[in-house]
Amino acid sequence: MIYPLQVVFILVSAVTLGAALMVVTTRNMVRAALWLVLALFGVAILFVLLEAGFFAVAQVIIYIGAIAILMIFAVMLTRRIAQDPGPQLNSTWPIAAVIALLVFGLIVFLVQVWDRAASLPPPLPQGFAPLQELGVALVSADRYLIPFEIASVLLLAALIGAIVVAWERK
Amino acid sequence: MIPLSWYLIFAAALFSIGLFGVLSRKNAVAILMGVELMLNAVNVNLLAFWRYLAPENMAGQVFAVIVFAVAASEVAVGLALVISVYRRRQSVQADEINLLKY
Repeated sequence: MIYPLQVVFILVSAVTLGAALMVVTTRNMVRAALWLVLALFGVAILFVLLEAGFFAVAQVIIYIGAIAILMIFAVMLTRRIAQDPGPQLNSTWPIAAVIALLVFGLIVFLVQVWDRAASLPPPLPQGFAPLQELGVALVSADRYLIPFEIASVLLLAALIGAIVVAWERK
Repeated sequence: MIPLSWYLIFAAALFSIGLFGVLSRKNAVAILMGVELMLNAVNVNLLAFWRYLAPENMAGQVFAVIVFAVAASEVAVGLALVISVYRRRQSVQADEINLLKY
């Protein structure tokens, strides 16, 4: 029995993985950034399938709207033609491919031997609002207030650090 | 109904592709793109575990929020470093940035 959601999942994950492969192999960096946008969008659709709508919206706004655009800016600032004549991969790339395949095989093996890997999603309780729960959890002092505030301090530090590092000293 | 293992295997594949990109690309911006792919795979895993194993416990979602914040700061600092290095050495190829090598 094939469910429609399974078809959606297979199509979306195939497109996402294909786009991710293009990201790591394309010569032209601007094209790689655009493939990255497609891969991030596929992940956003998977978040929708996981009933995490807030994260799908945040993925589109933060990753595609900010991070990918920042990448494109950096590509344009660092290369006039965004294309290098030489090879795009370094000389040890076969070792890198072997390591990546080993990691993938190991994780797949672990998933296969784990007895809860085939579990199906339990129905959400009646009247359960994940977004409201998340908001309350993030600002409750006895739950996740401290990690949340530390994350915001990290963002501020990264902001100041980025400005200082990229500052053009005369 | 999609089994949990599908999400885990998808995330493993995405993580491995990102890992390959980080280890093999020469361009520093492309290395950052690989890191973004890996962080996305982690987020898929976190939200899948939240939805399938503990939907009442918000820890998975909170962790995903923090991964978002860390990814944003990582890419901001990383691209600032790339631009700074480009100004000094006129290159963003990772194998040409070897001032600290010897």
